[in-house]
Amino acid sequence: MDSKVPAGPLADKWTKHKNDIDLVNPANKRNIDVIVVGTGLAGGSAAATLAELGYNVKTFCYQDSPRRAHSIAAQGGINAAKNYQGDGDSVYRLFYDTIKGGDYRSREGNVYRLAEVSTNIIDQCVAQGVPFAREYGGLLDNRSFGGVLVSRTFYAKGQTGQQLLLGAYAAMNRQIHRGKIKSHTRHEMLDLVLVDGKARGIIARNLVTGEIERHSAHAVVIASGGYGNLFYLSTYCMGANVMAAWKAHKRGAFFANPCFTQIHPTCIPVSGDHQSKLTLMSESLRNDGRIWVPKKLEDAKAIQQGKLKPTELKEEDRDYYLERRYPAFGNLVPRDVASRAAKERCDAGYGVNKTGEAVYLDFSAAIMRYGREKALTSGLKNPDEATVRKLGEEVVEAKYGNLFQMYEKIVDQNPYKTPMMIYPAVHYTMGGLWVDYNLQTTIPNCYAAGEANFSDHGANRLGASALMQGLADGYFVLPYTIGDQLASDIRTGPIPTDSKEFDEAEQNVHDRINKLMSGAGTHSVDYYHKILGKIMWNKCGMSRNAKDLKEAINEIAALRKDFWENVKVPGEAESKNQELEKAGRVADFLELGELFAKDALERNESCGGHFREEYQTPEGEALRDDKNFKFVSAWEYKGEPKDAKLHKEDLKYENIEVKTRSYK
Amino acid sequence: MKLFLKIWRQKDGNTKGKMVDYTLDGVESDMSFLEMLDILNEELIAKGEVPIEFDHDCREGICGTCSLMINGRPHGPDSRITVCQLHMRSFNDGDTIVIEPWRAKAFPVIKDLVVDRSSFDRIQQAGGFISVNTSGRPVDANAIPIEKEMADKSFNAATCIGCGACVAACKNASAMLFTSAKVSQFALLPQGQVEAADRVMNMVRQMDLEGFGNCTNTGACEVECPKGISLENIARMNREYLSASIKG
Repeated sequence: MDSKVPAGPLADKWTKHKNDIDLVNPANKRNIDVIVVGTGLAGGSAAATLAELGYNVKTFCYQDSPRRAHSIAAQGGINAAKNYQGDGDSVYRLFYDTIKGGDYRSREGNVYRLAEVSTNIIDQCVAQGVPFAREYGGLLDNRSFGGVLVSRTFYAKGQTGQQLLLGAYAAMNRQIHRGKIKSHTRHEMLDLVLVDGKARGIIARNLVTGEIERHSAHAVVIASGGYGNLFYLSTYCMGANVMAAWKAHKRGAFFANPCFTQIHPTCIPVSGDHQSKLTLMSESLRNDGRIWVPKKLEDAKAIQQGKLKPTELKEEDRDYYLERRYPAFGNLVPRDVASRAAKERCDAGYGVNKTGEAVYLDFSAAIMRYGREKALTSGLKNPDEATVRKLGEEVVEAKYGNLFQMYEKIVDQNPYKTPMMIYPAVHYTMGGLWVDYNLQTTIPNCYAAGEANFSDHGANRLGASALMQGLADGYFVLPYTIGDQLASDIRTGPIPTDSKEFDEAEQNVHDRINKLMSGAGTHSVDYYHKILGKIMWNKCGMSRNAKDLKEAINEIAALRKDFWENVKVPGEAESKNQELEKAGRVADFLELGELFAKDALERNESCGGHFREEYQTPEGEALRDDKNFKFVSAWEYKGEPKDAKLHKEDLKYENIEVKTRSYK
Repeated sequence: MKLFLKIWRQKDGNTKGKMVDYTLDGVESDMSFLEMLDILNEELIAKGEVPIEFDHDCREGICGTCSLMINGRPHGPDSRITVCQLHMRSFNDGDTIVIEPWRAKAFPVIKDLVVDRSSFDRIQQAGGFISVNTSGRPVDANAIPIEKEMADKSFNAATCIGCGACVAACKNASAMLFTSAKVSQFALLPQGQVEAADRVMNMVRQMDLEGFGNCTNTGACEVECPKGISLENIARMNREYLSASIKG
């Protein structure tokens, strides 16, 4: 596997690469078309920037507007090595934290570039009018996130993703207005079209009319997000799917590290069988919330049975297990570590809701601390406890108001008065399409950006780094690197859609839709999706072992067979049909799920979000095997998922010493 | 609990629609409203009927996709939330619930409860942006300090999720609250000043072209807005519009 990371000193690689790659002159850009699939942070920012540069861009999203992509739901913030707080941050430190946070399973060159352009992102967004949180002096405010010892996270209350996405959407709108972007909403990519081995277009379905359309271009950018909905219950939006990336995979793009999935520690616990999705409570809450369970098993039982309230439990009867196990990072350990620690306590019987699958996230200490500070700055002498609490609650509301409101609406409990209950949930996928330094997949002219690629987060992503990566790829990386390949296309001319390649791809799409519509009709799509989700969560979730993974592989293959024979899709294919949309997405998950389990079985080590029970230290920490597994798994499609062929990209660490990852 | 549902069914934009009655049993109070509809749809699919189409995506109140008129109120009886955040604990056993799509000329029905809100996109395309290219070399983010109060006000305006509840709530189907939120976000920031006059003129022109009604200061939009976007924004847009008109 050639990652095409340029030679030379780490800090000079990106500058040197930009100087070396081919450019397309402005007049020629007008003759080149680029398709962008997905309009979240990565796709939206890429589309806007490519159009600014002069390319003709066509965007596709399944939502009714680009503004609704699920980047919008990111809450906590975006990292950047600005060092505005003067707390010792630097590009190198952000780079180091990200490599370490990813448990030494990401590429040095890519991650350094990410850290390097992170500062430009903040400048760019402020220039676009993104209203970040500010201090009273008028300068930008920062906060801390897990796995780091500095404050480098920029934010807009608990709606940072929304504000950044609306920034990218506005940049797109400017180009749509100029006619440089043609936006196709309520459209879904159903296949990638290759001509002479290069990505030259897509087959898309108009989700309103059901019409199958052909769209050609000189390059295709896949920015369709992650595949966490594989688990049915997740913090993803309902429509999130792997279709675009999976179709590219089936056409020859290697799929990297599918088993690297992030399970986020602070989500609202599952309440019942009817549940359709899980809601995240931002990691930023761990700045001020303390995580605990009862110290004594009998107290935990009493709480589970509703006989004891958490506020009645004395301080010495509480086990702040993260502070106990990881004194240096405390409640701000990385996500994989925090999630596993919660599972460990709940598995041991200390869970705090009726199912025993929840821990507390408690703000009472922060409320009192802020209250006392506020009383002082307001000139209040000897305030009583109620006043301090009231002032403190106001400060906490200003910081996290929308999150607290969201929690109260769902759980029907007031988190200012009683601790939140939280439990881990599937949140992000580090794996994705394999890309080189140019973000090009193994198919020439097919690129992948944002969560859809695998590139920067290794085996675990740090908080507030997804927004950073999406915008880095879209605003600052892809628009430059794509020129290297497109420079050879300046004389190609428009790509015709009446070729045999488009005929074949469109026929495939029709055949597949007909097959989905003609199932025996025993069970609905959701029936299959829920079973798949249970297999994934129980056997490929927070901890995995060889026996479970082997079972998962067989069960998923059997479920897939059953699905194709018996699924029931009502209505017509030639009209709006949400069940047909879901069926196509679940069909892909039923293939990817098996590859996921196969990848997890193959990786005989624990690293980041991938925890294999067979490989742990006596204290229960992850045990990596750098001798045998310091590589990226890149899977080549060979028909059935079980036949997928493994390619390895060896990871070289020239600037960082590979160590055991410790947050103690 | 058992519920009696009256739901708008319409095959497509060219076919006449009608209200259809459904009875649903076994609804639990901690289900969300959309999960209740999921269960109804599963029942319909099992019976071989075509399920009810409704728009939804993030199911956590931020994407702005869900859009139902419930018993005559956009996003239902609770305030400051979207339909996806509404839970069945807000209803009682035996209730009759009327579910309709947004009703406005500028939001034509696509199917059942799904409407076309692309008119909102076109208003944004007419001027809802600051014209700055991605160069990698703009001024440093901290070069221009912005008063915290102004930054916070700008943020509050910017939290609009574009769901269209303001239009659905308005007797004139006016899009003033939506349009003014974007105008305000930029009018309150130094970065937005350069294009302020053109922005407000172009966005208002597009808003009128799309067939939205006028504002008569009733304030229903503010009451029903899930994000609490303030009427102050409409006042600010009117000022911006007037001053832009005088400048010519």
